[in-house]
Amino acid sequence: MTRPFTAGCASPPTIRQRGQHEVFCGLTSIIWLHRKIQDAFFLIVGSRTCAHLMQSAAGVMIFSEPRFATAIMEERDLAGMADMHDELDRVVDKLLARRPDIKMLVLVGSCPSEVIKFDLPKAAERLNRQHAPGLRVMSYSGSGIETTFTQGEDNFLAALIGEAPSAGSEDEAARLVIAGCLPEVVEDQFSRLLRDLGIPGVHFLPARSSSATPAIGPQTKFILAQPWLGAATAALEARGATRIDTIFPLGEQGTTAWLGAIATAFDVTEARFEEVTQAPRQRARAALRHYRPWLEGRRIFLFPDSQLEPSLARFLVNETGAEIVEVGSPYLHRDLSAGEIAMLPPGVPISEGQDVDMQIDRCRAAEPDLIVCGMGLANPFEAEGRLSKWSIEFVFSPIQGYEQTGDLAELFARPLRRSAMLTQGLAGGEGVSCN
Amino acid sequence: MQLSMWTYEGPPHVGAMRIAASMEEVHFVLHAPQGDTYADLLFTMIERRKSRPPVTYTTFQARDLGGSTADVFKSACQDAVERFKPAALLVGASCTAELLQDDPAGLTRALAPGVPVVPLDLPSYQKKETWGAAETFYRLVRAFAGGRTRPQDIAPNSCNILGPTALGFRNRDDVREVSKLLEANGLDVRVVAPLGARPADLARLPEAAFNIVLYPEIAETAARWLEKTHGMPCLTSVPIGVAATRRFIADARALAGLPEAPVRGADEDRLTWYSRSVDSTYLTGKRVFIFGDATHALAAARIASDELGFKVCGLGTYMREFARDVRAAARDYGVEPLISDDHLEVEDAIIEARPELVLGTQMERHIAKRLRVPCAVISAPVHVQDFPARYSPQMGFEGANVIFDSWVHPLMMGLEEHLLSMFRDDFEFNDAVGASHLTANTPVATEATREATAAVVLADRLWTSDAEQELKKVPFFVRGKARRNTEHFAAENGIHPITVETLYDAKAHFAR
Ligand code: SF4
Repeated sequence: MTRPFTAGCASPPTIRQRGQHEVFCGLTSIIWLHRKIQDAFFLIVGSRTCAHLMQSAAGVMIFSEPRFATAIMEERDLAGMADMHDELDRVVDKLLARRPDIKMLVLVGSCPSEVIKFDLPKAAERLNRQHAPGLRVMSYSGSGIETTFTQGEDNFLAALIGEAPSAGSEDEAARLVIAGCLPEVVEDQFSRLLRDLGIPGVHFLPARSSSATPAIGPQTKFILAQPWLGAATAALEARGATRIDTIFPLGEQGTTAWLGAIATAFDVTEARFEEVTQAPRQRARAALRHYRPWLEGRRIFLFPDSQLEPSLARFLVNETGAEIVEVGSPYLHRDLSAGEIAMLPPGVPISEGQDVDMQIDRCRAAEPDLIVCGMGLANPFEAEGRLSKWSIEFVFSPIQGYEQTGDLAELFARPLRRSAMLTQGLAGGEGVSCN
Repeated sequence: MQLSMWTYEGPPHVGAMRIAASMEEVHFVLHAPQGDTYADLLFTMIERRKSRPPVTYTTFQARDLGGSTADVFKSACQDAVERFKPAALLVGASCTAELLQDDPAGLTRALAPGVPVVPLDLPSYQKKETWGAAETFYRLVRAFAGGRTRPQDIAPNSCNILGPTALGFRNRDDVREVSKLLEANGLDVRVVAPLGARPADLARLPEAAFNIVLYPEIAETAARWLEKTHGMPCLTSVPIGVAATRRFIADARALAGLPEAPVRGADEDRLTWYSRSVDSTYLTGKRVFIFGDATHALAAARIASDELGFKVCGLGTYMREFARDVRAAARDYGVEPLISDDHLEVEDAIIEARPELVLGTQMERHIAKRLRVPCAVISAPVHVQDFPARYSPQMGFEGANVIFDSWVHPLMMGLEEHLLSMFRDDFEFNDAVGASHLTANTPVATEATREATAAVVLADRLWTSDAEQELKKVPFFVRGKARRNTEHFAAENGIHPITVETLYDAKAHFAR
């Protein structure tokens, strides 16, 4: 059994280049956050660009009315002809008139609001006073000058933890907090497994409703479900909670290590752990066997996107037999991902930050079998005859836990399977003759 | 400050990107933070473009704000020139960089990159995407056609086509259709720009006799400048619809000094016959709500009313810059013009107008879906579905054919409509199942529809249960309208509750 997990100390070479980054900004996290917390509304204080980003990144995925919007700053706001705080109050009133069901309003800072030093925490405080107790108002920054993609969720969670109720007594505090948005199906599976392990007082953060944020105190242990939560970790630790350190629950190995670390922290016996996890572990391995032939020995290049990349690489290498050409991450939380990086074969190049043009050059030269990259880069690679996978899918799909291990492998295998099908199918016809 | 959930237009630098991405040998260095790189996916995903758009983003970060953002710009600019070796370099700032006042134009001049530099001033907090595209095209035309002199000898039938761009609604196919028509009718198309043009082609613009402004929103500024500077006349009639296409060809020939002649290519027009054929009589007086960019909205209104026999029950545009023409047209159709870029306002107007067909943008498609009203898309902003694999122009005779199909197919067919109302209790052939030929276009029950149904339940107390039963016999695609009409009628006449009588009184009242 691979239970308590200890990180190695070998540190492979890191490529750091300063050039164009090709990543989303933190605002983009709102695409899943606003669906997760069903009584919250995210109001970006930003520009037409921010609104357009949200619509372009989300527009292909969202078909009902979103619980997010942008308060677009205009010339008269910047010229000081209109007091921005009054304007914001007016926009909020308009919004609340349309959506009286909102219980939590989250003001999200952007590059323009930060550059002009618009004081969002102050605005949140004022609005809180005005609209209490029916509506809570909080704020965080999702700006592109401060955050990439998933760091928006990190800042949001840090703000949420800052607002979490403090435990009046020992009993009130959560025993275990699982931090990081997870798809609901995954949450439900983890809840069942943790219940069967006999672990009490489990809370997911963020919760599905804004009022369900648990009390956090020194009695609380927490574990990260996602690797991008540096600020949230600091916020939880500031409240006295202690972190259970391990790798992330991707793949059979990752999930076992992750659950195992919780089990150890809560003194679950080995026998109990075996009993609870044995069947799903076997299912995960069986599911993986379908896809292993597609992935074994394949060379995969991961562009930086969500910070999940080191965990995905570890899964690919250890559970599917793929090779990693390069693993990029927009940012590396050294301590949070140390375990993942230690499990990569020595010498796998890791890149942090980006010069996208040079990275594309490296990628082309390496001729990988599969490129995991952002939506802006994928079709150009496909047009060159290379195979790609949108990295954003790993953020939007249920991939964690035992029951999704096969699905995770399938996501990587699909472009390869498809290419094989089309290579046969589209080239066909020549052999058919009627005589 | 403006509250916005969806927007019709992006910021002006996205318009500039569309021009850069339309052309060859142009590169755009945009001073912008990393998140702004999302704009690449508009081209590579929505349009399935095979290469990255020619844009370098400086992606400065908070730690650069202390004073080195200008250095970040300079090195990005230098690298871009070395790597891409463009024939023209556009430089500009996005909304965030605009606040920094780094002066990309001055910084680039100081770098002396050895290629023509066209600096762009894109006021993000005032202007929007289409303006940005028009401005960028104009700046490029000015830069490359500016110092040119018109040749002495110009063939009078030579012309340029101005305005088609990347991410334009069906621009790719319109250019092919219109060029083919023009050539068939004795005209000689020289330069098409910006789509597919190089900077050197822009320098050749003054060598043609006149310009055709295919998309006024994009090309009018440049065309006016060419008119003023080089004395080039421009043709601004837009060939969308059968009559407009005929007029367009006649106007072009007149500008070229060619004699009047029967229009070649008109034998491809099927709209005229299809519209006259007897099964189209069920289209008569169908209420259509039209919203889009000004050019497409105006053309749609003309076709709807003159060529298909619909009734225009709403007309509007999100482009304030072109509001005047839309206002005038709306007056002619006897409707209140809607000039707004607030999609919530548009939604209200659609509900109020009770259309049977919505012709709009992707935004109106979503609204119509929620209201379960058939819809066809006629204008940008675009979506991946607006770049179909098949040839499907909007302009010319083939464009008119495409329009006939894409507007009429979402509607219920004539006999089918009657049969449904005769046998509405058939377990398979009923309105909940939808019509057999409507698969892609049948509105499916979504979260939003369920919400709408919930709202209906609340409103039920207005109705007696008999009246409610009777209402169910009205086919679903007009049931919403019947309900609204009846409630409207009841409210106006102080009737409560609504009975079967009221339902039929209202029906008689609103009969057309
Ligand atoms: S990078 Fe900045 S300006 Fe651009 S969309 Fe993100 S927050 Fe808005």
